[in-house]
Amino acid sequence: MIPIDLPIIWAFIIAFAVFVYVVMDGFDLGLGILFPLFPEKHDRDVIMNSVAPVWDGNETWLVLGGGGLMAAFPLAYAVLMPALYTPIIAMLLGLVFRGVAFEFRWRTTAARNRWDVAFAGGSILATLAQGIALGAILQGIHVEGRQYAGGWWDWLTPFSILTGVSLVIGYALLGATWLIMKTEGALRDRAYHLSWVLLLAMLAAIGAVSIATPFLHVQYTQRWFTWPNILLTAPVPVAVAAITVLLLRSLANKYDYQPFFLTLALFMLSYAGLGISMFPYIVPQSITIWQAAAPANSQIFMLFGVAVLIPLILGYTAWAYWVFRGKVRPESGYH
Amino acid sequence: MFEGWDAVVLARAQFAFTMSFHIIFPAFSIGLASYLAVLEALWLWTGREVFINLFNYWLKIFAVAFGMGVVSGIVMSYQFGTNWSAFSDKTGPVIGPLMAYEVLTAFFLEAGFLGVMLFGLKRVGPRLHFLATLMVAIGTLISAFWILSANSWMQTPTGHAVNADGQFIAADWLKVIFNPSFPYRLVHMVLAAYLTTALVVGAVGAWHLLRDRHLAGPRVMFSMAMWMATLVAPIQILAGDQHGLNTLEHQPVKIMAMEGHFQSHKDGAPLILFGLPNQTAARVDYAIEVPKLGSLILKHSPDAPMAGLDTVPRENWPPVPITFWSFRIMVGMGLLMLALGLFSLLMRVQGKFYDSRLLHIFALLMGPAGFIAVLAGWITTETGRQPFTVYGLLRTAESASPLAAPAVASSLIAFIIVYFAVFTAGVIYLLRLMAAPPHPGEQGPSHEVPTRTAGITPAAGAVPEGAVR
Repeated sequence: MIPIDLPIIWAFIIAFAVFVYVVMDGFDLGLGILFPLFPEKHDRDVIMNSVAPVWDGNETWLVLGGGGLMAAFPLAYAVLMPALYTPIIAMLLGLVFRGVAFEFRWRTTAARNRWDVAFAGGSILATLAQGIALGAILQGIHVEGRQYAGGWWDWLTPFSILTGVSLVIGYALLGATWLIMKTEGALRDRAYHLSWVLLLAMLAAIGAVSIATPFLHVQYTQRWFTWPNILLTAPVPVAVAAITVLLLRSLANKYDYQPFFLTLALFMLSYAGLGISMFPYIVPQSITIWQAAAPANSQIFMLFGVAVLIPLILGYTAWAYWVFRGKVRPESGYH
Repeated sequence: MFEGWDAVVLARAQFAFTMSFHIIFPAFSIGLASYLAVLEALWLWTGREVFINLFNYWLKIFAVAFGMGVVSGIVMSYQFGTNWSAFSDKTGPVIGPLMAYEVLTAFFLEAGFLGVMLFGLKRVGPRLHFLATLMVAIGTLISAFWILSANSWMQTPTGHAVNADGQFIAADWLKVIFNPSFPYRLVHMVLAAYLTTALVVGAVGAWHLLRDRHLAGPRVMFSMAMWMATLVAPIQILAGDQHGLNTLEHQPVKIMAMEGHFQSHKDGAPLILFGLPNQTAARVDYAIEVPKLGSLILKHSPDAPMAGLDTVPRENWPPVPITFWSFRIMVGMGLLMLALGLFSLLMRVQGKFYDSRLLHIFALLMGPAGFIAVLAGWITTETGRQPFTVYGLLRTAESASPLAAPAVASSLIAFIIVYFAVFTAGVIYLLRLMAAPPHPGEQGPSHEVPTRTAGITPAAGAVPEGAVR
């Protein structure tokens, strides 16, 4: 019998959950980031309605990411959460504001503007915090024994600010290309225009993070630039270039669906790059996935559930998206 | 600021605060989701328009409450790590999978079908829509199953072992999941959620009946809610009694705190009705007590001996005054619910059900009683478990994150400010929705053109609205 490496399987499951979260909540948060650029009530109603039926499901992947991490890699969860204390709390509070805004803004006319601000501000705060958390993980975390041993401001560095801002740009691009797909007329034209600007900004951000990362740790440099690793790593930037060309072309040709899915492809490549840098650490430079792994019987117990339920979840989630497919028209708004 | 504070106390305050805010919403949405499924089923079955009106009326309220439950729940799933990292490291292998199963089997189910439930009636038609409503309702119950299993394991841990790293690991998953207090806690909580919702629905119905006793929608919802109170309040008291006996068997110290039994009683313990527990002096001041009744209730024999806190080392005492008082508040609310249920039955039998202003005022005042009881009950069971997170095995003080007090204090203040701002607004919007009566042609959260929604009727010979009166 071939020995099964459970921690590797679980690392992929958690990575998958986080990626699905980025795919699904990314555009959703991106719409919030773009909200200030669409001051018209009519536009805002359409933007809100394009995600109102699905935002809750999107955020559930974040709960799976957190809950799954605690279950499969409790040590990593126990070290990362206190290390990222401030960004995590900021993200949670941001999500509170934007989450309630989905319902609250329809329940008041006097204070609607206030909930629109909460939606935008909460989305920006949550995204910035997620990006900062990512940067803080990449730059390394001070661990002693089985505990975080740093202070509560260790996460704040120029690099983590860079990753934070980069994620805001990236989610905004996802939001803009989502609007291209889901809206019509003047709103869609504005989304095209924004997508151009945001794409250029995102390419700059990917470039900046890619250049900065190898300087964080010699391990990252070796991972990316030494023979024979380079055989595996070189295709990543090449693919980024290819996707960028396709994305520019799809924007120029005013395609409906391609810009969104190609932006997702860009995210996937950046995410793969992240995985290449980190593996096999779950807390970079201190804790590997094998050290952090929960005992085999915990991981096996959950594996059954994941194997059966994740396909089922993807199935009915896809159905929900299918029910609300097509362009959102203001006159048939949900609210 | 806050340098001199105890980070563990602040972390406990934060958990108590965020958890108390959170539990209010699931306690309501578990019951309301089931109620909505019943209303839609009745609409599909009878075709009476009053049921779809009530469905749409309560659906709008559900949407707001559910949203608040979701966002306050995401906070909880990360709080274990941020403030209780040592606990997470040690218990993650056991309760982590239970919570992961909650996400996989419940949260996704609720969230996946919620969009269709809220906005999709016209897109998918009545039957598929009912399926979506049913899935959301089932999801809330599955969620209760897993999270109460995890909590119960912390109260009455079984089926585990400890590994070389000091982590709890599961030796027998079935024993972990179906630990001794779990069935009692699950029944008690689900019934509590149903009662809580029934009391809210009843209060809203009563409010509108007080203004106009002929309104069809309020009459139907008031009647349904009062049936619920009449039938479920006595069952809940029985379930609570059984839960108490189970606690006596597995967590006797908690019962001592709930009863204020500082001293052991060799031949029958009294039931202390009221008093001021004095933890330092280890006595209940100004106690009003009934001799032997404590033993009669807990041991079903008036002379049965009962051990008191004097048999327990002081460092293992829970905070007695909180446990003692929160328990009395919960029981008091339960007895009031029983009274409401019986009174409504009496009025029903006498044919004064829709006319008795006294009943309607009573039901209106009882609107928040379920929430108070749920909060008091949770405070009883959680405070009574102290000073442990995993009862008898892991101390609360050894569970916290290695954080300095200023970090925990800052986040606590942030949570307090944000929660009060956001949830106060939410409750105002909920009350505003409830203040308007359900009317014929009631719309759901979707503002569709009225004629189109009214055009969807499940049965051909739909009974017109007026027939209800």
